[in-house]
Amino acid sequence: MNDALLRDLIPAVTGVLVRRGADFATAEDAVQEALIRALATWPEDPPADPKGWLITVAWRKFLDTTRAESSRHVREARVAAEPSPGPADDTGGTLQLYFLCAHPSLTPASAVALTLRAVGGLTTRQIAEAYLVPEATMAQRISRAKRTVSGVRFDEPGDLATVLRVLYLVFNEGYSGEVDLAHEAIRLTRQVTSMTDDEEASGLLALMLLHHARRAARTTPDGALVPLAEQDRSRWDTKLIAEGVAILQAALARDRLGEYQAQAAIAALHADAQTADETDWVQIVEWYDELDRLTDNPVVRLNRAVAVGEADGARAGLAALEQVDPAVPRRTAVEAYLRERSGDLAVAARLYGDAARAATNLAERDHLTRQAARLHHYFT
Amino acid sequence: MAKYLLLKHYRGGPAPVVDFDPIDQWAPADVDTHIKYMNDFAAKLEGTGEWVDGQALSPEGTFVRYDGEGRPPVTDGPFAETKDLIAGWMVIDVETYERAVELAGELSAAPGPAGKPIYEWLELRPFLTAPPTVTE
Repeated sequence: MNDALLRDLIPAVTGVLVRRGADFATAEDAVQEALIRALATWPEDPPADPKGWLITVAWRKFLDTTRAESSRHVREARVAAEPSPGPADDTGGTLQLYFLCAHPSLTPASAVALTLRAVGGLTTRQIAEAYLVPEATMAQRISRAKRTVSGVRFDEPGDLATVLRVLYLVFNEGYSGEVDLAHEAIRLTRQVTSMTDDEEASGLLALMLLHHARRAARTTPDGALVPLAEQDRSRWDTKLIAEGVAILQAALARDRLGEYQAQAAIAALHADAQTADETDWVQIVEWYDELDRLTDNPVVRLNRAVAVGEADGARAGLAALEQVDPAVPRRTAVEAYLRERSGDLAVAARLYGDAARAATNLAERDHLTRQAARLHHYFT
Repeated sequence: MAKYLLLKHYRGGPAPVVDFDPIDQWAPADVDTHIKYMNDFAAKLEGTGEWVDGQALSPEGTFVRYDGEGRPPVTDGPFAETKDLIAGWMVIDVETYERAVELAGELSAAPGPAGKPIYEWLELRPFLTAPPTVTE
């Protein structure tokens, strides 16, 4: 059994412990210990029933931990455990765990950390490495998050939208490290999709797959960003694109549009174009209009201005840009691009330089600096 | 989360608000109080899951540069009167810019002579991040 299949079982196992009466924080620690033991012993001695093994070992760990204590809560947990746990409703328990880890009382970063550990089955060290903080810091972030949700009833109705938001963050703002967070986000979103039959969960999964399909083409070997228009489309993963498009079409057919489906539709239109010139920008603008209606997000209006520039020309794009708040990040970069397209090269060169100085990530700054240098060089 | 550098300067930055002697001339108990405040601050941030790193730098540094093919690098300094002299840093990982400002404000209130806050100017600089995956 590979590591990802093993980790697929984690939320269900924790769910079983919690429904037997264990408190979430202790149950989660016990499952993590069982997981570490599984990783150590299974290669030599694989169990016939992996999930049953994990439940047994984790439950024993939980009892060992709590035996020393004698709080009323623990006695209650043992009493609750007395009757043999019936056939576990895995789906219910697993989904509840997702809700708990993305509970609205948590900050986004705490929800991300807790989700990766308690449902993702990653170790604290792996999560710390992925987000470039010391392990002790991440351990504290996770234990504080557990304390924050300690009073939440496990069977409390959850909000799927917050779960999807957390998974989107894992996918979109992942760093590097031993764990591939984009992969991890896709794995978890697949699990949520299989349990919920929700259009937006499907939309998010499609969005992730369609963007992930471009991964090999998105950066040069030394890490420089390659803009969409310049990507080598033969390096896009057509299998992932086909899967993403199929999932998206099934979701859209149900006529309950949401922001992830609309974003995925835009990604699908890009994926559909054999060359950048064949991109259906008119349809993309229409999807941005839908997104704008759904989200009221200034970044959407910014991206819409780019699409308008492609569909109706740079001047129309600049007119659309007028509607975008000057404080929106990357607005200057978009204006630089549209100015260049409209032939205003001197202004574009200056704006690219301004945009580079305002960039919040290194790859984008380097890209914008190169654009500024290219135009300056053009004049001299 | 966003990472910020809190930069402490021996010299440089806006004019000091409170004029006090260098730390090596404070009463020993005041020095202890100051150091404990710094350590407690770091420990607190570790507890809140916001700590990344902290280091102090010696004031004595040397400038170094390349001096052409086949020649040893040129060194210069230390300089007694550089305009800006970095004393050390803390790296924090926080939810918002506002939280970073709040923490810098708190660190700036470290006690000085007679336990009074030193009102030290700290420089707050955001880290550049990794690029997001979804951009269109």
